[in-house]
Amino acid sequence: MLKNFEPNKIFLITSRAPKYVLFLFIIIISIGLIEALILSPEDYIQGHSVRIMYVHVPSAWIALGTFSTIAILSFLIIIFKIKSFILIAKSLAPAGLVFNIIALVTGSIWGKPTWGTWWAWDARITSMLILALFYIIYILAWRIYEDKEKIHKITAFIAILGVINVPIIKYSVDWWSTLHQPASVNIFSGTSIHSSMIIPLALMTAAFALFSIMIFLMKYNTELIKIKNKGLDRL
Amino acid sequence: MFGKKVKLRLLFLSFIFLILVLTVFLILKSLEENVVYFISPTEIKNLSEIDSKEKVRVGGMVKKDTIKLNQNEISFVITDFKNDINVIYSGAVPNLFSEEKGVVAEGYLKDRSFFNADKILAKHDENYMPPEVKEALEKNK
Repeated sequence: MLKNFEPNKIFLITSRAPKYVLFLFIIIISIGLIEALILSPEDYIQGHSVRIMYVHVPSAWIALGTFSTIAILSFLIIIFKIKSFILIAKSLAPAGLVFNIIALVTGSIWGKPTWGTWWAWDARITSMLILALFYIIYILAWRIYEDKEKIHKITAFIAILGVINVPIIKYSVDWWSTLHQPASVNIFSGTSIHSSMIIPLALMTAAFALFSIMIFLMKYNTELIKIKNKGLDRL
Repeated sequence: MFGKKVKLRLLFLSFIFLILVLTVFLILKSLEENVVYFISPTEIKNLSEIDSKEKVRVGGMVKKDTIKLNQNEISFVITDFKNDINVIYSGAVPNLFSEEKGVVAEGYLKDRSFFNADKILAKHDENYMPPEVKEALEKNK
């Protein structure tokens, strides 16, 4: 299995795949945006400002999912010393941070017309800000640390420490009184979003997922080029 | 199944992770008062003493038929369906502020049943639907 992680083979995939992913992304985001901005209905109390949801919610999901993936990979890196996962985890972080910031900014823009404030220090928003800080610390750690052997462990520990925050974000709206409303989409008990609004939400989530996969592949590709340039033939 | 070293690392990491989770839990537990964004009218009723100089946030539902507009003042009642609190506020309210909807008022307590707000935030619920669906739901009630 690990033979498939030979940089040369992966490099062939990562250097070609992004353009196909980009192609797919453009198709889905076009349909998604038409659905979200034109075809989907207004909300019964929020009116048109509900449309911010189609950017805000998928971004938050991607940010949480990406960080969880980094943490799981980091866990495997530390326990099983699977070296091929190191660069994968490292390359996932930038896209996750971008979507985390998008979630915070769109949340702020959405908060003004609905809640009446740009920002509130409630549990959901604050924990989401902390996730962004963890992303930043994780990415910075990769940049500032010289010791190659140590940095794998340090960044992995940052990710594992940070993942404690993920369930806190998820359940913050249930555990404490927050300004942020409770979750609308629940795997077990269904959703309180009308079906006509679920379609654009799903499309936008797929589009953002594709975009972050593309950014990941490009970042991974550059990491592989760096290794190639150093003349190493293994990860 | 796993090598000895792997087992040791697994044990060590799980142990550290558990301690970290416990630490975070205890920190959050002891900070609970600061983590909650607002308190309910019932919690205000149960306060042992009232500090009229301390800023607090009260949250709940705007009680039906209690919104009154005077010259440049608006007054309404926040309820958690057990206890009520009267709120007085002067200024603009957010678009989503209305009767029987969630609200968070920030300001100072006069006493256990009177609140001077200097900021009003609307809180909305997790339901999203088109207006036609809402009307249909209302009709079927």
